[in-house]
Amino acid sequence: MSARAACRLETLGFAEVYDYVAGKVDWLVHERPVEGSRAGEPTVGVFARDDVVTCAPTDRAGDVRERVAGSPYPFALIISRGRVLLGRAPMSALEARPDAAIEEVMDPGPSTVRPHKTAEGVASDLKQKELRWAIVTTPEGELIGVATRTELEAAVSEPG
Amino acid sequence: MPSPIDLPELDGLLARGAQLVEALPEEEYEEGHLPGAVSLPLKHLTRERASALDRQRPVVVYCWDSL
Repeated sequence: MSARAACRLETLGFAEVYDYVAGKVDWLVHERPVEGSRAGEPTVGVFARDDVVTCAPTDRAGDVRERVAGSPYPFALIISRGRVLLGRAPMSALEARPDAAIEEVMDPGPSTVRPHKTAEGVASDLKQKELRWAIVTTPEGELIGVATRTELEAAVSEPG
Repeated sequence: MPSPIDLPELDGLLARGAQLVEALPEEEYEEGHLPGAVSLPLKHLTRERASALDRQRPVVVYCWDSL
């Protein structure tokens, strides 16, 4: 949309027009300030923790299982070298095929949210879908962390 | 064609006095926009609305993201 608007401004005679392609999401990801009626509302990115087990797609499921057993979450997230989220492997899958490469047992399309979404909105979505966690990624798919519904709901219910 | 820019380039342009234009619908602008940005929704981007901008300064347009 911004590309079309920028082109339109050029056709209207503006000589120096730029397209900030990554847009408002990128601005918010970098925790820059915003103005407006919802400015200052807590976003899910603030609550994203980096204590989830991550691994490479070629790691052995049994090895990852050991790490997941000692983590706060019953799953591991599979990421690329550039931290792009490739999949999610629940403990049940790790236990079922411990000798498999984790890419063979992972769910390659886990749902994710972007960090600028409000904590209130994400908490509501998680509740509606009966989920306990949200995986937070950048628009480019890089893993930021995991936010728990419990924490999001607590933040929303706090006065002020 | 307008030049695509990233955040560091945006910072440089803002330091040069660039104007920010949000192309999203007005209600989304009202909820939150970059500091100092003006609302010029794509659907209403007419010559008249654009006349509020300074033609002597760079213009940076944005929406939510690249998708």
